[in-house]
Amino acid sequence: MSTPIQMMPSQPSKKPAPKVQKEDAMWLQKEMINANYHELATAHERGKKVSATFVPGNLNELVMCFDFARSLPETNALQNGMRKKSGKMIMDAERDGQSEDVCTYVKADLGMMLGGEIGPTGEKLPTPDLLLLSYTGCFTFMKWFELVRQKYNCETVMLHTPYQGDGKISQSMRDYVVKQLKESVIPTLERVSGVKFDIDRLRQYMKESARAEDDLVKVLQSAKNRPSPIDGYFGAVYYIGPMFTAFRGTPEATQYYDVLRKEIDARVRDKKGPITPEGELTEEKYRLVVEGPPNWTSFRDFWKMFADEGAVVVASTYAKVGGVYDLGFRHDPDHPLESLAEYCLGCYTNMNFPQRIDMICRYIEEYEADGLLINSIKSCNSFSAGQLLMLREVEKRTGKPAAFIESDLVDPRYFSAANIKNRLESYFQMIKQKRSVAGAAVAAH
Amino acid sequence: MAEMVKDIVGRCEALFEDLHFDAVKQWKAAVPGRKAIGYMPVYVPREIVHAAGMLPVGIFGGGDQMEVIQGDAYYQSYICRIPRSTLELGLTGRLDCLDGMLFPSICDVIRNLSGMWQILFKDKYVRYVDVPQNYLDSVGGEFYIHEMQVLRDDLGKLAGKPVTDDALRASIAVYNENRRAVQDLYAYRAQKPWQAPTSEVYLVIRAGMVLPPEEHTKLVRDYIAAAELENRPKRDNARVVLTGSFCEQPPLGLIKSIEMSGCYVVDDDFGLVMRWLLDEVPATGDPLLELSKAFLHRSNQQASKYDEKKEDKGKLLVHSVKFYGAEGVIFAAPSFCDPALLERPMLQDVLAKQKIPYTAFKYAENTGQMAPIREQAGTFADSIKLWSAA
Repeated sequence: MSTPIQMMPSQPSKKPAPKVQKEDAMWLQKEMINANYHELATAHERGKKVSATFVPGNLNELVMCFDFARSLPETNALQNGMRKKSGKMIMDAERDGQSEDVCTYVKADLGMMLGGEIGPTGEKLPTPDLLLLSYTGCFTFMKWFELVRQKYNCETVMLHTPYQGDGKISQSMRDYVVKQLKESVIPTLERVSGVKFDIDRLRQYMKESARAEDDLVKVLQSAKNRPSPIDGYFGAVYYIGPMFTAFRGTPEATQYYDVLRKEIDARVRDKKGPITPEGELTEEKYRLVVEGPPNWTSFRDFWKMFADEGAVVVASTYAKVGGVYDLGFRHDPDHPLESLAEYCLGCYTNMNFPQRIDMICRYIEEYEADGLLINSIKSCNSFSAGQLLMLREVEKRTGKPAAFIESDLVDPRYFSAANIKNRLESYFQMIKQKRSVAGAAVAAH
Repeated sequence: MAEMVKDIVGRCEALFEDLHFDAVKQWKAAVPGRKAIGYMPVYVPREIVHAAGMLPVGIFGGGDQMEVIQGDAYYQSYICRIPRSTLELGLTGRLDCLDGMLFPSICDVIRNLSGMWQILFKDKYVRYVDVPQNYLDSVGGEFYIHEMQVLRDDLGKLAGKPVTDDALRASIAVYNENRRAVQDLYAYRAQKPWQAPTSEVYLVIRAGMVLPPEEHTKLVRDYIAAAELENRPKRDNARVVLTGSFCEQPPLGLIKSIEMSGCYVVDDDFGLVMRWLLDEVPATGDPLLELSKAFLHRSNQQASKYDEKKEDKGKLLVHSVKFYGAEGVIFAAPSFCDPALLERPMLQDVLAKQKIPYTAFKYAENTGQMAPIREQAGTFADSIKLWSAA
């Protein structure tokens, strides 16, 4: 079900374009994303209003009730990163006064604005009519939209999602989010869009969401098979794309996940490994759990370092950043606003440290992983601050080896391929050694 | 006989330098069963801790005198220093005198540290203190009151008796007094910065992180009175507001360097917990409701707090410049401090529109090289004086 296709080079190059393999669903997802950029680029001329919001805790079903075209600045930044455009944008933002110390998603976005707002696909992106500041699991979001507001002077509405400091979602937290939806967010969406809120429309979108979420979970959990038919980190980036962005709740997303699930079911039946950009992985040597977002500027090279060694990521925390569906959450059309609140509150980076560690330990056990790899991202304190404790705790509790590499989201200056490759190779050696010691111990008994 | 400035400041400096928190231990030892609760910057409602009969203790990192060894093992190079030195304090037993720690909602690093603390110090009470970013009484207010109620109940359990409304009202009154004294100190410094240099004012403020508020209020009053009796030369310094240092604190040497370079700091955001609420909290009525209203409607503006409207950005900073007659602003932010560094360009934009000069640098709590900062601040002061003369 996968087709080798020429990858379009992002910048003029004399080298022949490398061949890349993707699953059909990956291509479908790419078409959806490109179509959404075109929708955005033409929104104003079609009389549509444009909203911008963040991935974790995004209220896509709600925003669709008001006919907004939907932009997600993190996605713009990562798409620019994958297309090797973000480096210049970041440096432009730094020249414009942003500190070298802060989040590169923010700087890539601000740099894109400085460069005339040309989006990843080359079309000019519109100025948002509304910034929906879903403050979920990341403090920087708040500053990010304040900075964008400073430049664009557009209306901003805040949805503050309290943090699960105690490791649980209390009724007071739910009530707070629901009240904000009722008293601040929905009235603002109505006013800016000129569309009256229809809760039945919201319910309908949420029904679609729940169906797609069921399929997404089946896909992600297919990695419990041996061999895993998917890569739960690099590959999962494609699988979570529609769900975490502008498509959740649409029939297109439901269809995408239906296609994807069938494709993966077939791979399980055929005992096939995951499709990597270099082709199908035929021998699964290592099964890993990964914590932290990927690097986007060298995404393919990064993935290749794993694939070359026969390493498959069977579960990742990044694939839960836009919702912890595998822990049971589903959008509930019978309780739409409460369900949106629960969704925002439950996103991975809104979970406290003990919860995050529990989740990783459980993944290692349930997915029969060989260990944990942490990709620590310079830009992202929400993920990264404290990961070294996470590493120790997971090793202590599971007895499985853990390793630590460092990179960045979209700043190419912080991706050192040689260093990362060395560390990965050492890590795989360590796993191998542990296995042989364990094997010898079993033989001795 | 009235205390001399050098005695008061000497005492404050000793408290500041004591990273074993002997003052806290002494306070606890004075009455068996007493408890102390630590808190990090920027703001927690200390009234609740005080009303529970406990000592609120501000933990502002390890400064430049402590070698961080264990704490560094928990953080990557691109994380600020305060969490690592705070962990060092905890892991080396220096915070054993605390019965709990409060981690306010300020940034992702301190937020995550709350969970790390839960793992590393399982025998201690640990709470992440969330505050609303929605300022409607019926929305953010209700949430915040509930958060405070949880803290109140938890501390009541820890104390072995409930925290009553009357106790809370009494504590609100105590902190009103303290706030008034601190406001008077800031007003006095702005009026006569040569009499009350910031290197002293800072130490007086920091003493309030370990002393009971009643004692600190008296100390602040004593300092103002003593400073007024000093005969100190007035210099032709530039009057500046210093901003961005609300969490990880600069080393004392850095503050001194700024002053030595020709600046009078007439406002700052050090130890902001003492000036977070801008005016009196009514000590009658429902105490949590009053604390909530004060937070929502009459509290400081700072990078970890959402500005609802674009035009609100930098309002308080500009007000501070005008109110205290400052001639410029120094942005002094810790390296890798997301809130301060992301806020900075927006504030600079506001200042530029108001034609208020500014300069900016970064530091860490253990910054040792002061010469570049002294040169930068000195050049800034000189340029202000040149512009003024023009």
